[in-house]
Amino acid sequence: MNNANPGRVDNDNAGQVSNLSETANNMPGRGRVDNLSYGDNPFAPTLLEKRKRVKELFAQYALGAITISLVLPVAAILGFLLVKAWPVLGFSFLFDNPANRMTAGGIWAPLVGTFFLVLISLSAAAPVGILAGVYLNEFARDNWFTRSINLAVMNLAGVPSIVHGLFGVGAFVLFLGLGRSLLAASLTLAVMTLPVIITSTREALAAVPMTFREACWNMGATRWQTIRTIVLPNSISGILTGVILQVSRSAGETAPILFTGAVFFTPVPSHGWGSFFPYGLDDRCMALSMHLFTLATQVRGVSDEYLYGTAVVLVGLVLAVNSASILLRGYLRSRKKW
Amino acid sequence: MLGRVLKRWSSIALIVLLPTALAAGCGQSKDSSTAIRNEGSDTMVNIAQAWAEEYDHKHPDVHVQVLGGGSGVGIASLIDGNCDLANTSRKMKPDEIEKARQKRGAEPREIVVGYDALAIYVHKTNPLESISLAELAALFGEEGTLTKWSELGLPPNSQGSDKIIRVNRQSGSGTYFFFRETVLGKGKDMKLASVDANGSKDAVSLISHTPAAIGYSGMGYATEDVKMLKVSRRRGEPGAAPTLENARNGIYPITRPLQIYVIGQPAGPVKEYLDWILSPEGQEIVMQLGYVPLASKESSK
Amino acid sequence: MNDASTPVKTTDARRPGIARRTVVDRAEPLIEGLIRLCGWSAIVFVFAIFFFVFWGAKSALFGGVSLVEFFTSARWQPTSEVRPEYGIFALLVGTLSVTVLAMAFAVPLGLGAAVFISEFCPGKPKEILKIVIELLAAIPSIVWGFIGYMVLGPILIETTGAAVGVNLLNGGIILALMSVPIIVSVGEDSLKAVPDSFREAALSLGASRWEIVYRVLFPAAKHGLLAAVLLGVGRAIGETMAVLMCTGHAVQIPRGLLDPVRTLTATIASEMGESVAGGMHYSVLFLIGLVLFLITFIVNLAADLVVKGVRNEQR
Repeated sequence: MNNANPGRVDNDNAGQVSNLSETANNMPGRGRVDNLSYGDNPFAPTLLEKRKRVKELFAQYALGAITISLVLPVAAILGFLLVKAWPVLGFSFLFDNPANRMTAGGIWAPLVGTFFLVLISLSAAAPVGILAGVYLNEFARDNWFTRSINLAVMNLAGVPSIVHGLFGVGAFVLFLGLGRSLLAASLTLAVMTLPVIITSTREALAAVPMTFREACWNMGATRWQTIRTIVLPNSISGILTGVILQVSRSAGETAPILFTGAVFFTPVPSHGWGSFFPYGLDDRCMALSMHLFTLATQVRGVSDEYLYGTAVVLVGLVLAVNSASILLRGYLRSRKKW
Repeated sequence: MLGRVLKRWSSIALIVLLPTALAAGCGQSKDSSTAIRNEGSDTMVNIAQAWAEEYDHKHPDVHVQVLGGGSGVGIASLIDGNCDLANTSRKMKPDEIEKARQKRGAEPREIVVGYDALAIYVHKTNPLESISLAELAALFGEEGTLTKWSELGLPPNSQGSDKIIRVNRQSGSGTYFFFRETVLGKGKDMKLASVDANGSKDAVSLISHTPAAIGYSGMGYATEDVKMLKVSRRRGEPGAAPTLENARNGIYPITRPLQIYVIGQPAGPVKEYLDWILSPEGQEIVMQLGYVPLASKESSK
Repeated sequence: MNDASTPVKTTDARRPGIARRTVVDRAEPLIEGLIRLCGWSAIVFVFAIFFFVFWGAKSALFGGVSLVEFFTSARWQPTSEVRPEYGIFALLVGTLSVTVLAMAFAVPLGLGAAVFISEFCPGKPKEILKIVIELLAAIPSIVWGFIGYMVLGPILIETTGAAVGVNLLNGGIILALMSVPIIVSVGEDSLKAVPDSFREAALSLGASRWEIVYRVLFPAAKHGLLAAVLLGVGRAIGETMAVLMCTGHAVQIPRGLLDPVRTLTATIASEMGESVAGGMHYSVLFLIGLVLFLITFIVNLAADLVVKGVRNEQR
């Protein structure tokens, strides 16, 4: 190209234009603008590039605004809940039983109930879920049966919580004859949390490199030995994360326990051994999520602070457990040796 | 090597024994006490909870488990054998009595524990003072045509919207049944498209947040944000307010008994609990919660 | 000699590295059997759920109610003394309208946030945002219902002049806030799964970041993004407690955004306890449960097939 004569068109081949600035300025739909001279600065942004940059900045800020607009209102709402609940929150709120027709006192009985619901449901779901994940990742062959198991896991995860409640009533309360009880409610919650435990176990196991297993097999270890000694310990972070996440889910769900074992009220001892173990397996229990529902819709004379306080404790519990799981995940990941 | 073995077995032992110990702890603390399962009416759930709370102070070895959900829940549970005492704010229907007889093998017995005046609530800014049964029927009944506040004589758009928002109860609620039978008449249905509240308190709470709403709930659920209307039997007559006296002497047209149903003859801890409910202590609680206790000659049977 | 008749020595002083055959290893076939059994548990439970819900619904399904009336009538009067009517059309419309409204809010917001987090966000804020979205997903449904009922309801009456604060709009907003985290996380995963070579190729042609997103990533990740939306839809359809408290629970076909509606899930939750086991009302509620199960099954199946379509294409 001849830089001394910027306006000149070099006709190398018939009709082909090689002076780019001229081409750009002669694009259809554009008015003629001053010729940008490549001789001054070949890297100066063209009009097209300037427009693109504006569009990109606009997109960046617009999308950023969208993201903030999701996060900020929720943060504002949670902050509002906290502010309204502030007068009630305190040590005694957590450790006192509901008193004075459930309009005062604390939330100890529902808190203990939720604790036991979560404990028993995870004790049932975690072993089954982890072993199922082990099966799917280590033993299953890639055939139609395995694909249908994967499909079943995904569908189990998507079943509405009230349908889990119906299943709980049909299978545990009526069919197994457990009646409305802590055990029936826990088992219903266990079935609900099973698929996520299976999926997270499977993903955690898949993240362990194949070379680890191959090294074990080379030394003559059997499949279970390999899993037990190498694969499981190395994937424990992912498995634990999945299990802990289900703690918060079991604590927060109301629909599955509505008709399988949770009650409006049952007296719980305020001191002593009995206050820590107030519910037998065949007793009905109070639960935090149910308590929030009944306070909002059935209990008369409850002050707003008390209501918001219960909501804040529930949200706080759930967020605390999830944050702990995220921290644990980060910590274990940083300790990984590969 | 021994150390390794011990470490392995102790961790297995810990994982196995800890949940077992917890579960055993769960089971054990209950062996020495009895449970009375009390389910049913939402109107009565707060009274039931208060009874359970007071009774627990007196008899710590008996714990009463209270569940609300509606009179329908209580009756269904009683029939299915899931509860011992069913609170209801309406009488059991003949087919329900029949089903109970068949499934449980004994006759359900009814014990009246108090009375309730069903109050008609509106938002506190609503200028309406009184309403008649006929107008209520025209409003809530399926065949009725009353839908706007202006038809009741209020200035248009005084409540933010001329359309009347009807706050109803869920269809299994005893309050719903009683209202339907008493106000609309036997064999009539409620108009659909009402906002169905999830409990007696929920109904009042919804009305307190909604200026254009009108609904019904137990008189014990009144708060300062709602107003109770006087109810007259016929249009144009002066209405009666839902007070204790008006409910007792029948001037207030929408009064109903609150009862507990039990299958067969009550015995043991259940009988003691029922006796206590009918005693002056139990009835005191009924009054504290804003309901009408039994007249003194009816109680302590 | 290593044949099966000679027991392997459990310890060998000359070769201390040999794996010691412990009790646990001896039980290996049993353990493998147990693992296999657990592996089948997911299928067992899905079938069990379908079976029990179906069993509960059978008296309604086989002759109890006319299925045509069930699906097309808007009259839901299950406890009528005159003539119990079990038409769920209004409830179906309720579920559908709340879900569609929620998706109308959630899809642009969720996909926008997913794109932002994936493409426009530098390292540290990205991690923080991802954690925040994950925590958002954890908020229980009853708390969302509580928020809609106590906080959003009065706000709606003030700002939109609605007759009642718990209505379709309230439910739609709350459901949107609940479905956004799942759309964001699955969407962000699928955007991350697009190979970097695609982005690099576009960059080398002079594309800006927005153009990369719009022209390259959306077409490449469209299956994953569609799956994200479908999973969000599944979540919205299946939600119970939040809609029970925020939608106004009214059996009617809404004529505007400010009308209260009722969903299928809320109907089951509020009426389940009061129906006698084995009665027709009970059975119809299980039938509704069956309908819900099938709807979410189809939505999840669609999401799964869509994602499989990705794998087939990229092969």
